Parts: sequence; C-alpha cells; structure tokens
Amino acid sequence: MAKATTNIPEGVELRISSSPHVRSGQSTSKAMWTVAAAIAPTAALGVYFFGVYQLAVIATCVAFALLAEATAKAMRKQKPTLLDGSAALTGLLLALVLPPNVSLVFAALGSVFGIVVGKEIFGGLGYNIFNPALVGRAFLQAAFPSAMTTWTMPDLTPDAMTSATPLALSKFGDQAAKAGIDFGAMFFGNIGGCIGETSALAIIVGGVALVALGVVNWRIPVSIILGVVVFGGLFNLIDPATYPNPIFHLLGGGLLFGAFFMASDWVTSPLTASALWIYGLAIALLVVVIRLFGGLPEGVMYAILIMNAVAPMLNRFTRPKLFGEAKKA
Amino acid sequence: MALTFRGGAHPPEGKALSEDKPLERLPLSKEIIIPLSQHIGKPANPLVKKGDEVKTGQVLAEADGFISAPVHSSVTGKVTKIAKGPTPSGYPKEAILIKPSEEEEKEFFDPLDPDSVEPEQIIERVQKAGLVGQGGAAFPTSVKLSPPKGKEIDWLIINGAECEPYLTRDYRMMIEEPDAVVAGLKLLMKAVGVKKGGVGIETNKPKAIEAMTEAVKNVENVEVYPLKTKYPQGAEKMLIKAITGKEVPPGKLPLDVGAVVQNVGTARAVYRAVKEGEPPYEVALTVTGGGIKEPKNLYVRVGTPIKDVIEFCGGLTDDAERVIVGGPMMGVAQYDLGAPVLKATSGILALTKKEAAKSAETPCLRCGKCVDVCPVNLLPTRLALLSRRERFEDAEDVGVMTCMECGTCVYVCPANIPLVHWIRLGKQEVAALQRKRRAAS
Repeated sequence: MAKATTNIPEGVELRISSSPHVRSGQSTSKAMWTVAAAIAPTAALGVYFFGVYQLAVIATCVAFALLAEATAKAMRKQKPTLLDGSAALTGLLLALVLPPNVSLVFAALGSVFGIVVGKEIFGGLGYNIFNPALVGRAFLQAAFPSAMTTWTMPDLTPDAMTSATPLALSKFGDQAAKAGIDFGAMFFGNIGGCIGETSALAIIVGGVALVALGVVNWRIPVSIILGVVVFGGLFNLIDPATYPNPIFHLLGGGLLFGAFFMASDWVTSPLTASALWIYGLAIALLVVVIRLFGGLPEGVMYAILIMNAVAPMLNRFTRPKLFGEAKKA
Repeated sequence: MALTFRGGAHPPEGKALSEDKPLERLPLSKEIIIPLSQHIGKPANPLVKKGDEVKTGQVLAEADGFISAPVHSSVTGKVTKIAKGPTPSGYPKEAILIKPSEEEEKEFFDPLDPDSVEPEQIIERVQKAGLVGQGGAAFPTSVKLSPPKGKEIDWLIINGAECEPYLTRDYRMMIEEPDAVVAGLKLLMKAVGVKKGGVGIETNKPKAIEAMTEAVKNVENVEVYPLKTKYPQGAEKMLIKAITGKEVPPGKLPLDVGAVVQNVGTARAVYRAVKEGEPPYEVALTVTGGGIKEPKNLYVRVGTPIKDVIEFCGGLTDDAERVIVGGPMMGVAQYDLGAPVLKATSGILALTKKEAAKSAETPCLRCGKCVDVCPVNLLPTRLALLSRRERFEDAEDVGVMTCMECGTCVYVCPANIPLVHWIRLGKQEVAALQRKRRAAS
C-alpha cells in the first residue's frame, strides 16, 4: 500500500488502496480452525467409544501432516504455512476416517502421502484437485487393504472384538445378521466403523454448526443426503429384501462424515449453485451404486474423489445467467 | 416483507457516528478549486479568465456537447488561476481557482413556478444549472431526463437507499427536507412524463421512511418502498429490481426497462434549481469514520479543499489511516487532501487502522462466497484470475463488463484477494479492445 503524500496534517500517516476499504474479517485460517472445532465432538466420541489409543492416531496424523507440509514448503523455498490450519485439519480428517487401533506407521504414511501427493505436488493449498485427506486414505486402502478393513467394536461392548461393520453385514451377511442391525446404536455411534464415522449425532451437530456459520455451503450436505434417500429409497422400493432402506444408507459408514466434512472442502468442491447440486447428487448416486453393486461395502471415499475430479468441468458448464441476461434461444 | 434482490452482504453500518447530526454549513475556504470536469462526459469550456470577478452561482464554464455539464462559481470572488489541480479521482484536471471575497453576491437563474412550469423548461433548467447525479457516477441529469424517442418510461424512482456504510447525508435530507425532495420528484416526473413515482429507502432508516411517507401522502401515484437493508441495495439495477421486479440487461440502461433513477440530493437540487433558480453551488455530504474527531453532516461549497472540511470537523485522529471520498465500499482513497469537494461528492471518510482493511492476500480456495454474493451473478474469482493472466477476451466472454465494482465479493473474501482491483484492470483492457474493434469495422 502506497503512502498518501500531499497536504497531509503532521503526525498522521495515511495510506491509499483500492476499494472496498472494509472487510468482513474472515480468513482462510479462521475457517480451517472453525472446521477443526466443529469436528472436535466427533473426534471426542471416537476416543470415547474406541479408547484412548485413538488419541495417538489423531496426534500422529496431525503431526506428520504438519511435518510433511513444512518439509515440502522448505524444499520449494516458500513461506511456511503451518498456521493456516489446513495441514492440521487434513491430519485430523484423515485420522477420523481410519479404522480404530490402526498402526501408527500407517497413520503417518497416509498423512504424508495425503499432504505431499494430494496437495503440495499441485502447488499447495488452493491448487489441489483432490481432497488431501481422502488421497491419503485411498493410498492406505490400496496399499494395505486388510489393515484398512479390520474393525474393532467399541470398547463399551463387553469383550471388544474384531467385527464387521453394519455396511459389511448388510452386504455380505445373512438374514440374521441383517436383522441384528440397530439404528439407535448407529445414530449414537456405538457400532463398528472408522474412528470418526460412527456417531451420526456428533457429525450432525458439528456439520449443522458449520452450515449455520456459512463455512460449509448448505447445498453440499443437503444434496448428498437428499440424493442418498432418493436413490437408496428407489432400490429399497424395488426389492426391500435385497436392498437396505435409505435410513441405513444415511447412518452407515462415512456418509454423513463425508457429506458434512469431506465433500464440503472449499478447494475441491464446485463454485456455482447448480454445479454444487449436481456434485452432491452425483456423489449420492455413486455411493449407493458402489455400496449395492461394487466389490466394496463402502463407497463414500471414491464417490467424493471422482466428483472432485469433475468439479472444475461442472463449473465451466454451469455459469449462472448474468443479471438481466436473456435466456439463450 | 421489505423488497430486495439476490446476493449482496451486510457490512457493519457505522451510521450511528453521524446520523443524528443535522446538516450544517462551514465557513468559506481561503481558496476554492472548481474542476471543469465534475461529471461523466466532456469537460466544460471556461468562459472566465484570470483576474475576473465572479459571483456565487455565476456560470464559469459551459457544457461541451450533449453529454457534458456547465460549472458554476460556488463563491463570490476573483479568479486567480486556471490550471491543472488535484481531484478526488486521483487524476489532476483543469480547474478554475477562485479567491473568495468578504461580501457575497448571488447570481441565480430566474425562479420558475413549480406548479405551472412546462416539462421542456424543467429539462432546460436542469441542463443550464449543470445538475449531475449525486449517487456517485455524476452522470448529467438532463441526459437522463431526455430518453431517446420511442422509449416508454413508466417509473421515476428516487434512490434513498443509502446502502454505503457510514454515509448519512441522504438520510438527513429526507428527515430535514422531505417536502423539497418530493417536490423535486414531482418535477422529475413531469419532465419525463411518467405516471408512477417511488422512493426506495432501506429499513434501517425508519425515521426517513416515516418522514417521506408523510410527505407523499397527498401526492398521486407516488409511494415509499421500504427495502431490505443489504449492500448494494442502492445500486441502480438492484433498486429497480427491488421496486419494479425488472432486471436491466447487461450493457443496457434503466431507460431500457422503462425506469429513471435519481438520487435524493438530485431531487432536492432539481427543486431548488426550478423554484429558486439555484445552481448546485453547494453539496450535502457526510464527514465521518473513526478517524474524524467530530463526525458531521454538512452543506459544503463545491470546490472546498477536503483538508478544510476535515479541519472543520475537528481534524483527523492520530490513528487515522485512510481518507476516502465516498463510502467505504466504493469510495476512492486520497493521497492529496488538497483535492476539492465536487458536485457529486457524497462523503469524506477517515478510517482508523482498525477499521480499514488489511490486505494479507492468501491463495484462492474457491470457497464460492464471491459467487454467492455477486448481485449480478458473476464469478468474481474467475474474472480476477482471467485478468491476472491477461486473458481479457475470455474475461469479456464471461461478462466482465457487467461488474459494477460494488466490492461485495472483496468484502466477503476469506483469502483477502483484491478481486475488484483485478476486475477493474480487466474492464479497462476489454474497453480498449472494444474501441479497437469498433475502429476497425
């Protein structure tokens, strides 16, 4: 900003700048820390249900995310950006989509891969195409498939043991197993699953807060949830014996966590209102299709990554009509 | 439900600093600087020379063509110089410098009877008096009142939205002189030959809504429209949309949807030009912001240096960091406080370090907030990027010229990107391209 120079009273230093001269005071780092705060209850419940070891998983992911980012910035001779909160948030997000009691080595590897390959290679925050936390998760899933699908039941159940998640039960289990699925437990989180994905309640509380604060665009969670209910519901109507009801889709796996905290990532989601709707509905459709017909019990991660790739194209094809612009004939 | 438009934002209003201060007048300055170009269009041609004695209201320079406006002396005194002088826009412009004398003598036009005056007489008076829009763009008022043949005009709208934070001069005028504003509205309606009149006021000004509603009570076909308090509600296109439901297409004028919009101050000035024969030798403005010791609403003689106006308001505080002519959203930061107040100056704002924007820019995260708030449905982040990369033809294709530079996108941007700054560059380059294309064809 240049200084003002002529006819300025003594003792006053004036500057000039381009309009507007006031700002809302929002910043990237504020938004990142707000998201982290909104995820805190979900993380706390994960620790409560699966044990204090999960704190070590979270700490490892966050620490290695920060380390990876600092190293990458140093190698590229750029200013460090640790305080903007984005790397820490990536670590936190990744930790919460890992299975409980996962090896800390895997946690660290996933974090480093997510930051380096998911973000810094593209030029750093703002230039990445894919959600870095999900890139890290996808890497681990591909490299260590069995470790990534070993689920322990919450500590609260007598004799915590290895068990299938409700989604796996629904897909690969028999009728008796399906009948044993308890929606109440799924809502509060007392089920098998990733550290941060089991409690629908905690996710909804944090997610709704982010929408209310304007950090998360409401169209993303609304379109994903609506889409899952509609597409899941259609299959359920066709054959209720084979396809689970839509409430199960909503509460199961990483759907709500993905809808509120992963798909809503600013950088990797589209810009325009109609692109956001297409993005959300397409994620929902992909989730339902992968869950019902794919080789995996869960599809939220791949659904979001696929739509991350499509987002720039959606922006291009959905430019809003200018104010007063006539419809194209 | 208050009327409004899609998009926009609600910056802190800051109007409490000055809203209860009645309009007052300050003593004459030692030197008055009257630029020949205080309007959009060609500068006026000077009719006086160095050493001439001039009277208050006397014409100093005549309009040069249709889109131009004459300028008048705001004081009685002696022309000391005709030379380039500073202006609030930052560009030095040819100006007439006057040293005021002790005695004041006025030379106004003949008064006309507002009830019996003919439409042509009103337009002629408005043109001769050199009235320009006081909303900010300073478009010659007479041009707006002379729509091309074949254009059907239904609406004459008075803009009392005053959506810029901090500014309160329209508010004061509507409370203090509602009848003069309504009389001006009636003259404007007669001049253009329209049936329907409206006054749009944001709901954060209940006293103004009350005063104006009372003033239009017995006027046929004129109504006050309360508008939602949201920036930029007072932008011409947003105001027309809120009141009439019509959208002015890109590149078109309000005339094209049958509307003419005039500012509150312009309406009062039209009334005074007709009834008193008075050219706009003084202008109402708000001097405010945390950086001004005693915020005030003032009638200031055109040509008064900004520093004199600030001094009359107690001067700048020690933590003042930026002096702006206009409001905080669209106003221009000043580097020379010797620049004069013009016919269309709406405010002088001094912001403290705390109030003024910090500009620590970080990369765009494509959060889409700029897209959500843009009142004309642009993708500001895209336009800024295209301008930055000098892809001006692409910027033109996605509507860069539709941007009104309201600044709402920058206000909400979490990455603090000076989007409007880049878009302005894009608009200039595209305008140059378009001129080149016209010249070639």
